Amino acid sequence: MKKIGKIVLSALCCLGLAGCGNSNSDEAELSGKISMNGSTSMEKVVNALAEAFNEKYPGVTVEPQFTGSGSGIEAVTKGTTDIGNSSRNLKDSEKANGIEENIIAIDGIAVIVGNDNSVSDLTKQQLIDIYTGKITNWKDLGGADQPIVVIGREAASGTRGAFEELLEIADACKYAQEIDSTGGVVAKVQETQGAIGYVSLDVLNGQVKALKLDGVEATEANIKADTYFLKRPFVMATKGSIAEQNENVKAFFEFVQSDEGKEIIKSVGLITVD
Amino acid sequence: MIEKGAAAIFVGCALLSIIAVVAITAYMIIAGTPALKQVGITDILFGTIWSPSSANPQFGILYVILTSIIGTALAVLLGVPVGLLSAVFLSEIASEKWRKILKSAVELLAGIPSVIYGLLGIILICPAVYQIELAIYKNDPTHQFTGGANFISAVLVLTLMILPTLINITETSLKSVPMHYRTSSLALGATKIQTIFKVVIPTAKKGIMSAVVLGVGRAIGETMAILSVAGNSINLPLPFASVRFLTTAIASEMSYSEGLHRQVLFTIGLVLFVFIMIVNLVLSHMMKQGENNE
Repeated sequence: MKKIGKIVLSALCCLGLAGCGNSNSDEAELSGKISMNGSTSMEKVVNALAEAFNEKYPGVTVEPQFTGSGSGIEAVTKGTTDIGNSSRNLKDSEKANGIEENIIAIDGIAVIVGNDNSVSDLTKQQLIDIYTGKITNWKDLGGADQPIVVIGREAASGTRGAFEELLEIADACKYAQEIDSTGGVVAKVQETQGAIGYVSLDVLNGQVKALKLDGVEATEANIKADTYFLKRPFVMATKGSIAEQNENVKAFFEFVQSDEGKEIIKSVGLITVD
Repeated sequence: MIEKGAAAIFVGCALLSIIAVVAITAYMIIAGTPALKQVGITDILFGTIWSPSSANPQFGILYVILTSIIGTALAVLLGVPVGLLSAVFLSEIASEKWRKILKSAVELLAGIPSVIYGLLGIILICPAVYQIELAIYKNDPTHQFTGGANFISAVLVLTLMILPTLINITETSLKSVPMHYRTSSLALGATKIQTIFKVVIPTAKKGIMSAVVLGVGRAIGETMAILSVAGNSINLPLPFASVRFLTTAIASEMSYSEGLHRQVLFTIGLVLFVFIMIVNLVLSHMMKQGENNE
């Protein structure tokens, strides 16, 4: 009995300590968490915004999950998450379910190959032919005699949806591999000779090479100038308008749309919307 | 009184398992049949085009079914001889020191989570298979190169996965054959190898069959390991083609599917369930036949 008494007493003391926390912040009224789910392309910008937001409002934590654009929209429609991230525009059927499309940035899609690939420029038609299976060897494009391994994303990917829509090859792509995340595509292209893939522009940091399309390099300046044609919006979708969300989500969107938020979006390599 | 109470607890636990199996079976049937009616049995089971999100959705899983069946069959065909002979070595031929080392190694292998086999597949098996693919299809302009993530890689990973289970259970059943069977056979003039293959293995047949059943069960249900090495496009299960198994088809699309698409994924689950039942029934039938013949 004595032993049980000691254990219960120490448990109660621990519970009492749990009540102590630090509330020495000036935005102390807001507390709780914001859940996000969706696009793997948006991982960099979401993590950057979440970190900065948490510094401003220490009582609120942002909990992002990265499962793919389609899965994110599904989650926000069902109500299992506050914000659904998508790296493509919302479909009419999704908007009909009451989901608001809040575009926070514009991103480019880079077409990537391994650093040792001698090809560095493709025309739009050559890109279409590669992904529809008409061109199958790099030597037809001026490169080495190496077969092309066509890598893409899974069916619900926002990047894939945007890529296929912009090139108008929606049901005609023949993929050798369908990978389910942005990071996965980068890794696969890096380690497989002769591979080609498409990822969000902001994840590139030298492990793979981005090709020029129609002679235009994939940079933010070219996207803003509208000369690089592979670009798509980053959407943070909510069920209902922003004004109908809870205080934490409203504060988050206010932060994202403020000058501070726009600085962060620019710093990860994206283009802001005004 | 305590006896009755204990008996009640045992009956309760057993009932729990039975209820779980019945509930799962019932749920699979209830969740999987609406899509069969809506899309049509022949369209789903014998169609070859899978495009759930296009304007005119098609849900043909024939290639997926073929991939799972042939993939499992190949993995078992490759794994059973290797596993059986390894078990024979472990139980009959190895010296005591080697037996201890090898047995602990195999038991450790059996406990490794399947996602690690997938990792090994990506790092070791895929590049090697890619080199082979490049060499074989060097001058073939019609082949779509998969970069190493294809049917053969998946089958190799599956074989690796079922080997430890096969070896462990086979070795246990071989060891449980009474010593006097071996000594009598040797006394009658048979050599050690003849004894092993004509006396010990036939006696341990039941245990070996149950090892095979477990191996088949693991192979047909494996998802994580082959998700990263199979390529994930839908094609006929040719050796160097990018393929999708029944399990990876469900796993890769479950998170975002909705409506009819989700119901078809449940139908795929039902198909998988039916296969496992058929495999279990066939193999237990074979075991009973073996008993009747003795």
